[in-house]
Amino acid sequence: MINNLWLHPGLILMAGALALPLVKGRLFRPYLLLVPLLAFGAVMMMPQGMYGVFPFLEWDLTFGRVDRLSLVFAYIMTLMCIIGTLYGLHVENPFEMAAAWIYVAGSLGVIFAGDFLVLFLFWEVMAFSSVFLVWFRRRPESVWAGFRYLLVHAAGGMVLLAGIVLLYHATGDLGFHQLDVSRPTLPVYLILIGFILNAAVPPLHAWLPDAYGEATVSGAVFMCAFTTKTAVYALARGFAGMEILIPLGVVMALYGVVYAVLENDARRLLAYHIISQVGYMVAGVGIGTELAINGACAHAFAHILYKGLLFMGVGSVLYMTGKSRFTDLGGLYSRMPRAFVFTLIGGLSISAFPLFSGFVSKSMIVAAGFDDHLYWAAFLLTLASAGTFLHTGLKVPYFIWFGKNNCTKDTWEKAEDPPVHMQLAMGIAAFLCIFIGVYTPYLYDMLPYAAVYKPYTAYHVTESLQILLFTALGFFVFLKKLTPKPVISLDMDWFYRKGGRVFLLGAQKGMDYLSARAHQYLGQALPRRLNKFSQSGPARLSLLLIRPLWYLTGVPVKGPEGVEKRFTDTFNQSLFSIGSSAVFIILVLMVLLFFVT
Amino acid sequence: MILDLIEFLRQRLKRVILVSCVILALLVGFDALLLDKGRAHTAAEHLPGFWAVFGFVSCVVIIFVSKWFGKLGITRQEDYYDQ
Repeated sequence: MINNLWLHPGLILMAGALALPLVKGRLFRPYLLLVPLLAFGAVMMMPQGMYGVFPFLEWDLTFGRVDRLSLVFAYIMTLMCIIGTLYGLHVENPFEMAAAWIYVAGSLGVIFAGDFLVLFLFWEVMAFSSVFLVWFRRRPESVWAGFRYLLVHAAGGMVLLAGIVLLYHATGDLGFHQLDVSRPTLPVYLILIGFILNAAVPPLHAWLPDAYGEATVSGAVFMCAFTTKTAVYALARGFAGMEILIPLGVVMALYGVVYAVLENDARRLLAYHIISQVGYMVAGVGIGTELAINGACAHAFAHILYKGLLFMGVGSVLYMTGKSRFTDLGGLYSRMPRAFVFTLIGGLSISAFPLFSGFVSKSMIVAAGFDDHLYWAAFLLTLASAGTFLHTGLKVPYFIWFGKNNCTKDTWEKAEDPPVHMQLAMGIAAFLCIFIGVYTPYLYDMLPYAAVYKPYTAYHVTESLQILLFTALGFFVFLKKLTPKPVISLDMDWFYRKGGRVFLLGAQKGMDYLSARAHQYLGQALPRRLNKFSQSGPARLSLLLIRPLWYLTGVPVKGPEGVEKRFTDTFNQSLFSIGSSAVFIILVLMVLLFFVT
Repeated sequence: MILDLIEFLRQRLKRVILVSCVILALLVGFDALLLDKGRAHTAAEHLPGFWAVFGFVSCVVIIFVSKWFGKLGITRQEDYYDQ
């Protein structure tokens, strides 16, 4: 893909991943860090323009459309790849990191794709590589969760492909540009469905908590960053201003919050909050103004860092203790104080506390909503942000590091701060979360549009502090209500988990019934009748002709001494019967043939 | 260091709660008396302590609506899918 000295960062990661199983010994860990650093360097050095254009059949495939929109996503994704790899340095299985890198390469491929064919190619690479991050946890549940994840994404991919093919058929253009969202046609809707499935928009979202809750410790750190944010990029590129995305985004923001209240598993809770946070971005794309698109990009940028940090913090608890459910944890602050502080920083960032990253990104989308007079959307998004603080800022740290100590002796003894490389990765992410919140030009200068936004006004800071601190008040007042219980919550995956079983059961029972009936009729009754027919058919036919003659002559016909019995006995025992049967069957066949032709 | 700070605060829990309440009161007081609300988007925001009430009510609504939703049959035993 080298074209005018342009190197696709995804190519670096893919080549690095392919060579990874060959690197052994002392070189292994330095190599792990080198490859994502090179990819990040490639993005940093990248000038804007069109690169990697290859003629293929009758199309020109574009692998490298580099503009401000693709650059901001590529920057944060390769940066997160460095942090995630650093966090996963303990992983012995080279294939796990190789899968993670190919997954990131898939995301980067989508980000730089200039046409729908290249986009679709990398879209599928993402699904088929990330599923290994679930499978490598090697629990029986992970295997099934992985298959569900793959099936859902394969179905989404098919819808996307159908949309692309129909769009090409209608317009003759494969270029990936802003689509006509004011008069959407069927292909546009199909592409939209493909995109919003990856963005985890309800009711197409259940794959996310299902798979992310089951992924490996470091795999979840990668997964939380890439699939949904790549979808946000694709939406921002193709569907800016599509109004249906505003209510969908608001529903997402609230949906994730509601399920987070009920959730007992910390990583699944965080997964539900991805849905909630991506809801802001989807709504931002739907609003579609320059400020809103900037907000969606800024929030995706901030989100990748703080959500990665949260998954790293909670993941480190899982890594050390083997537990991620609140009902198995609690009171760990004295055992894992650093993991607590890092998770808290992630929690304050996602909650949009002043001086943390979410404050300067999330509020941009809400402000764009207010500016566009979409008051209902802006107020509901603000309500959801109270829920975010309630759970990720308060519930997660409180019930893991404080609250009732539910740890067994074994859990308690295993619990201590994670290895240095994990702490370093969390430290970098935590620093960036605060840096973005404090020094706004770092992020704002990277955004695609020049729309001006100033988050630090007295009014906005006071507004945010009031919402957050009074949410905290509500948390402590209703603490008992929020105590986690050892339960799970049914979600849309019920339809394919239980529904699948109903289908299987129906298919099994139905097949059993069909098989029994087929055996009864086709296997037994029909041959019996055919046999009887061919045996006694000729005799009966002859009787039909001869019986009236017997009656006329007056011989005794019925009974044991009657002519009828003697006739059939003779018929059955004689060679004549074989010949007559053959003649009879040939006659029947000829009649059949006559009717068929 | 982190641990010392947490222990320090935990030993003075009552005072921490008191200080927190004072901060809440000061915040609402600042909003009601001193804050320039020229940047407010809607008329309702001019009410004193509007966002404080909004935050608290949001929190309560989220907790109770979610719990009610869970009781509709959404929350199940952990082995539900294994049965």
